[in-house]
Amino acid sequence: MIKSLDPRVNRAEIEQENTIAPLKELDQWETYEVFHQKKRGDQHMHVGIVHAPNADMALLFGKEQYGRRGLSVNIWVVRTRDVFTTDYDDSDIFDTVPEKQYREAGGYKVMDKINKYKKTVKA
Amino acid sequence: MYGNAYIDPNEKAAGILAGEDPQKLAEFEARIARGEKIEPKDWMPKEYRKQLIRMIEQHAHSEIIGALPEGTWITRAPGFKRKLALMAKVQDEVGHGQLLYSAAETLGKSREAMINDLITGKSKYSNVFNYPAFTWADACVIAWLIDAGAIINQVANAKGSYGPYCRALDRICTEESFHLKYGHDNVVTLATGSPVQRKMVQEALNRWWPPIMHFFGPSDKISNHTEILMRWKVKMATNDDMRQQFLNMYVPKIWDLGLTVPDVNLKKNEATGKWDYTEPDWEEFKRVINGDGPCNAERLAVRRNAEERGRWVREALNTTDSKYIVPLA
Repeated sequence: MIKSLDPRVNRAEIEQENTIAPLKELDQWETYEVFHQKKRGDQHMHVGIVHAPNADMALLFGKEQYGRRGLSVNIWVVRTRDVFTTDYDDSDIFDTVPEKQYREAGGYKVMDKINKYKKTVKA
Repeated sequence: MYGNAYIDPNEKAAGILAGEDPQKLAEFEARIARGEKIEPKDWMPKEYRKQLIRMIEQHAHSEIIGALPEGTWITRAPGFKRKLALMAKVQDEVGHGQLLYSAAETLGKSREAMINDLITGKSKYSNVFNYPAFTWADACVIAWLIDAGAIINQVANAKGSYGPYCRALDRICTEESFHLKYGHDNVVTLATGSPVQRKMVQEALNRWWPPIMHFFGPSDKISNHTEILMRWKVKMATNDDMRQQFLNMYVPKIWDLGLTVPDVNLKKNEATGKWDYTEPDWEEFKRVINGDGPCNAERLAVRRNAEERGRWVREALNTTDSKYIVPLA
């Protein structure tokens, strides 16, 4: 029996050579992706994962892991295996997006045209 | 809280890159050089994956084991407010362990495999937690100075190249700032208190100084191996640089309180701007990390006991349609 400075360890009466069987696959359950909303009106943000046996427990662990500080009003969890993703190897599908200035407000220089017009009217 | 998974300076560099596709390796290194992060499913060299798993896993184990010497003082912390604060700190440490296990999992090692390697003694954790916390003052010194060392380490590593580890560390560093402030507050209370309290905190500091000096790991000369790991932003600073940074930030704060550091050779060398100190006893460090410390056996037995007594609960909750896939990020 372990003699410890820690009274909790003494109370637990632990054998020193307590060999145990290795943890089996899924002993720690599957994972859920956690989305956290700080306050009403904000987007839910992905914050990480928890291991849980079901959605109820995932919500409980999600609250403990990601909602124990600061502001929180809501949490979502989704099983990792239910999330569909694009591939980083395919990220070139986004390559031309920054070039599409016609989708941006900044792509339209109206004042340039107006000022130029005003000059011609005055002249 | 953090255990520094130091890289053995004697490990051979030759063969690290053997068998890697030169073009993929070049693309990988270019990405890191541009300051971009590596994400879980990206191509990475075998050695990058191996060292990151080892480092993040050891870091996670340190959080879990570190909760033991601190947790023992929860019931005996002086006053309700300190009990609450210490409980919050210990819960944070366990939470950090979970965040780190998740980051390591994205590299392909399951949480079960990591826990198995911890409880059989195959994986290491920070050596400081193989020492006991004799008095309340020990718990205060741990919370202040071990967490201070941890922050230096973690802030450096948060700028590393692996996305999931950086994200976990950003979260962790935010919480550690409370731990540091809480620990400092407790040490200041003792150091500015009665002669008995001052004596208590000085004795705790004397006990913890050698493990604190060990904390950053043995002196690491820039070997070929470390050079590659630093280029890959797996290792962000040498052990000696981090130890110097710690001394620079905290020795003056210790002296401010009229406490002494149990090393007659400790002083700042005005010529070099670096701290001189007595070389820590690295033989003791090796002996303790390999199992022969005052608390190694107890720490692992307690962990095994917790896993074993909780096993039926975990099994009862499990469902047959569970299916594990590697976490996304």
